[in-house]
Amino acid sequence: MTYILIFIGAVFVNNIVLSQFLGICPFLGVSKKIDTALGMSGAVAFVMTIATIVTFLIQVYVLEPLQIGYLQTISFILIIAALVQLVEIILKKISPALYQALGVFLPLITTNCAILGVAIMVIQKDFNLLQSVVFAISTAIGFGLALILFAGIREQLNLVSLPRGMKGTPAALLVAGLLAMAFMGFAGIVK
Amino acid sequence: MAANSNLKTLFNGIIKENPIFVIMLGMCPTLGTTSSAINGLGMGLATTFVLLSSNVVISMLKNIIPDNVRIPAFVVVIAAFVTLVEMVMQAYVPALYESLGLFIPLIVVNCIVLGRAEAFAAKNTVVKSFFDGLGMGLGFTLALTLLGTTRELLGTGKVFSMTVFPENYGMLLFVLAPGAFIALAYLIAIFNKLKTTKN
Repeated sequence: MTYILIFIGAVFVNNIVLSQFLGICPFLGVSKKIDTALGMSGAVAFVMTIATIVTFLIQVYVLEPLQIGYLQTISFILIIAALVQLVEIILKKISPALYQALGVFLPLITTNCAILGVAIMVIQKDFNLLQSVVFAISTAIGFGLALILFAGIREQLNLVSLPRGMKGTPAALLVAGLLAMAFMGFAGIVK
Repeated sequence: MAANSNLKTLFNGIIKENPIFVIMLGMCPTLGTTSSAINGLGMGLATTFVLLSSNVVISMLKNIIPDNVRIPAFVVVIAAFVTLVEMVMQAYVPALYESLGLFIPLIVVNCIVLGRAEAFAAKNTVVKSFFDGLGMGLGFTLALTLLGTTRELLGTGKVFSMTVFPENYGMLLFVLAPGAFIALAYLIAIFNKLKTTKN
């Protein structure tokens, strides 16, 4: 039951983009077409899950026993950067097709604050390993959902005429605001 | 002459290349921490400190750091200063530390900080990088404070916790998540409009 609650909470109620404001850069940057949005969501899901597992283990087995919790920020970001590189190299070797699909998005992910955000959040929420994995996967699904919905609307947005000042980012932000309002409808399902 | 160009670098960051309104980097903390004016200001100042110090240190080290490991090296420098800010804030302004929460460690992945390190500090002198960091930081702070003030005023009728409108006034929406997107959308639109009429 807790796992289902974590899932619904992370996908809908506390959507990472629309209510936590993490990962806004890729949300605005790669949401012009549905294809790229799908690619980015896949890459984020992949890295977020692995990164959360690795940083969780580092926190529990290295930082806490040695009482060097203050090194959390530095060690997590280095682990994520190294991991992204590693994933890129391994993927290139074992699955060229997947690498083709996700390749361009991987380097961008290091500076996606959602990855580091989730890694820190699972520590703050005192999750165990399995809960952390479920949380990471659900958050990634929530990110993908928001990104793909947003990309779909933005494709249509190109077809309408807007006042000059509103073109581009302001219009996109307004759409994001409306989406966020729609997602607020889920509030209260899960505490 | 030298002082003049430094001043130019400083103002460049505040207005002409404002990180939020023009370059549009660092959107996450912009939207996430501006539910009130004081939060926006606090976040802006914390980021300014990190930008300033990492710009100075990176421009000092630019000849020592090998080119192909420069990004990880920059990230370590930035992360060190973020940890410093985190500890200082936890000790001296615990209330602000609580309300900014997750966004303080996330200064590490703020695109502006790494962006300026890569685009400016890695190529320019220490003094110039100092002014660039200060300018960009103040531009960021200005944008965040403006957005925070707008949201607080529309959402609760207060500015910096001082009541401007009567008690029962307030569109709660602006304090919540959707309001952040909508308020920023209109601020950028106004900024665009001002820029085009000026030219």
